[in-house]
Amino acid sequence: MVNEEAIINEEVKGSDYILETRNIHKRFGGITALNGINLKVRRGEVHALVGENGAGKSTLIKLLTGAIVPSEGSIIFEGKEYKELNPSLAIELGITAIYQEFNLIPFLSVAENIYFGCEKMKNGLVDYAEMNRLTKELFKNFDLDIDPKATIQYMGVAQQQLVEIVKAISKNSKLIIMDEPSAPLTEKETETLHRIVRQLKEKKITVIYISHRLEEVFDICDRVTVLRDGNYISTNNVCDTNRDLLIADMVGRELRESYPRSDTKHDETVLEAIDITNSRLDHVSIRLHKGEILGLGGLVGAGRTELARAIFGADKIEGGKIILKGKEVKIKSPSDALNNSIALLPEDRKTQGVILGMDIKSNITLAIVKVISRFNILKSRLERKIVNSLVDDLSIKISSLQQPVKNLSGGNQQKVVLAKCLATKCDILIIDEPTRGIDVGAKQEIYKIMRRLADSGKSIIMISSEMEELIGMSDRIIVMREGKVTKELYPPEFSQEAILNYASL
Amino acid sequence: MKKKFNYTKFMSEYAIIVIFFVMFIAMSIFAPNFLTTSNMTNVLRQVSINGICAVGMTFVMLTGGIDLSVGSILGVSGVLTAIMMLNGVNPVIASLVSLVLGTVIGYLTGQLISHIQIPPMIATLGTMTSLRGVAYLITGGTPIFGFNESYAVLGQGYWGFIPIPVIILVITFAIGIFFLTKTRISRYIYGVGGNEEVARLSGINVHKIKAIAYAVSGFCAALAGLVMLGRVNSGQPRAGEAYEMDVITAVVLGGVSLSGGTGKLSHVIFGVLIMGVLTNGMTMMAIDDYWQRVVKGIVLLLAVGFDRYIQKKQLIGSK
Repeated sequence: MVNEEAIINEEVKGSDYILETRNIHKRFGGITALNGINLKVRRGEVHALVGENGAGKSTLIKLLTGAIVPSEGSIIFEGKEYKELNPSLAIELGITAIYQEFNLIPFLSVAENIYFGCEKMKNGLVDYAEMNRLTKELFKNFDLDIDPKATIQYMGVAQQQLVEIVKAISKNSKLIIMDEPSAPLTEKETETLHRIVRQLKEKKITVIYISHRLEEVFDICDRVTVLRDGNYISTNNVCDTNRDLLIADMVGRELRESYPRSDTKHDETVLEAIDITNSRLDHVSIRLHKGEILGLGGLVGAGRTELARAIFGADKIEGGKIILKGKEVKIKSPSDALNNSIALLPEDRKTQGVILGMDIKSNITLAIVKVISRFNILKSRLERKIVNSLVDDLSIKISSLQQPVKNLSGGNQQKVVLAKCLATKCDILIIDEPTRGIDVGAKQEIYKIMRRLADSGKSIIMISSEMEELIGMSDRIIVMREGKVTKELYPPEFSQEAILNYASL
Repeated sequence: MKKKFNYTKFMSEYAIIVIFFVMFIAMSIFAPNFLTTSNMTNVLRQVSINGICAVGMTFVMLTGGIDLSVGSILGVSGVLTAIMMLNGVNPVIASLVSLVLGTVIGYLTGQLISHIQIPPMIATLGTMTSLRGVAYLITGGTPIFGFNESYAVLGQGYWGFIPIPVIILVITFAIGIFFLTKTRISRYIYGVGGNEEVARLSGINVHKIKAIAYAVSGFCAALAGLVMLGRVNSGQPRAGEAYEMDVITAVVLGGVSLSGGTGKLSHVIFGVLIMGVLTNGMTMMAIDDYWQRVVKGIVLLLAVGFDRYIQKKQLIGSK
């Protein structure tokens, strides 16, 4: 035993790995997010990290930057073993992550941001001239022409990203982790980003590059690691693998749960969205049939939630129309949608679905206050009747109707949101992530309820980032990518490979 | 099934009421002549003006806002009514005009806050400053005397042995509590304050609800201005100056969260009474005004601090 350990330590010292995670586990309550990850990153390489939604990429980054600590296992950085990191230790070691939400102060200039917390001083005062000069030089190293005095808030996303990268370099970072850096960029901006990444490599700075675009993995990365469901799957040189092999590694998930299916044919169109366009959607058209569950597949940020919000009137649309049962309707606000008997179960129940401090009863009737009142006075008996029947119907486990929703479990909170939608007696129900963050038992219940609703003639649009759920529940799947519909799939063609293929570029 | 008495839970619900009674008993023991019928009536009359404003302030604070303009609306309402009566306008009509004006000012302020998204603190700071100026402009800076003397009934009169201002206070609270527990608007107000986005996605017109809350506050402030006018029997341009702070203190003591969504108007009564008992009791003990201010500030910090402590304890207990 002792010998074995000694040998392993020997290996690390002699290796060219800058970073290694050894048997990393991370559990949140009963849920395992990472299950024994052994990632090895070589010094000076560009290492791609890929995987589906929920594969554990974000959790892994958070562990590496010290935002959270592992439940088990250790992190080895430059040959030294750490049980856990914390943010200041990570910075000290030279590990920096660049997230999609930048950590820049919008009201300060580029130079002020880069030297924030370590300003250059002269005679006890901040030496702006020197800071600006140094900043200019930093950018020049990358052949970039950015004005050090420009204010961050007036810069585009691409430029802000470059500032983040240069800031990381100015702090002598040895390992830069980029979380989907190309997602918000145009093609041309992406090229610049790729050029910078290559230059980082020349400067022997290691990069972990997370991306949903497999194309660029092959373009700029040296090796690629695939994660799936919190498990480590494989690491390969990009020259030894290809797109199909990667997708096969990313999906390969068995369908574990059983899903209530329907064999009726759905062909009566109830809702048509035609050419819906806004800042996040590019001429999206979809059809929804009576009694069906239409699945919207795609990666996070593909525009599925935005489409749901546009149809529901929560976000503005700049073009396109919505046709409900053959008639065009104008939906400008959620209340218009509700009046047209469209309901939305939003993506994040805690900030959009329920009012956590409010009691169960008032939450369920929040969208139908008009129905349960006459001449402005609430009819408590009617309200109680409606609420009780919904609580029974969805078997929501509560101790009293006056209980605040925050005291319920995730599954029961989700059922409260569902009850709130059903209270509106909607015909069309848009469900954004039906089972996010709820336990397996409650998931099954929600699936059964959804199928029962569809069979009773309601039409459901379901957005799901869980591949298994999407394939298991949908009668038809529309795949989206970057604000566009890329494919419509019918049951015989349902497969994880097909969906992922159309979802990624 | 017998329920076990849960100290933390009880205190989290009724802390402010317990604090009130402790303070009341303490004052009864230490302040001479505190616990007499005439003094009790006096306390109630003293708190009536702040109390009326507190009802409107509760509506606003439940939506997550704040209204600093109540003192100035109170002032404008008083001098405007006074000047109208001096010019021969019927007292009832003059009062109604002021009430409508207060409501409209509140409504427009609410629209500014919700549509143009001026933070409530700033928007009402603006109206507070401007309206105080208006009060001085109307009066030319000097008090207005000599209008219909019967108007004093509103501030000084009695119905049986109960002062009229107290009756107005009780009615205002009763209507306020009714609206905040039994009507449609209550759900909208708690909904908007609890989580604006959830409310919007539930089809609630958030702009309208906010505007209504400020309108209610404007109405209550104008009403308080009329009572004040009756009590001092002259239109004072300085009337209600710095009242907003006492009103906010009372509402916060009553357990209404500054972030909105939680709190009960029925508990705000005790917030108002604590302020009244404290002032009256200290005056009875001949504590000078400077010290009274020091004590009031400390009481606010202690009461809210205690409340937060209990809330936190309950939160940990429930996990």
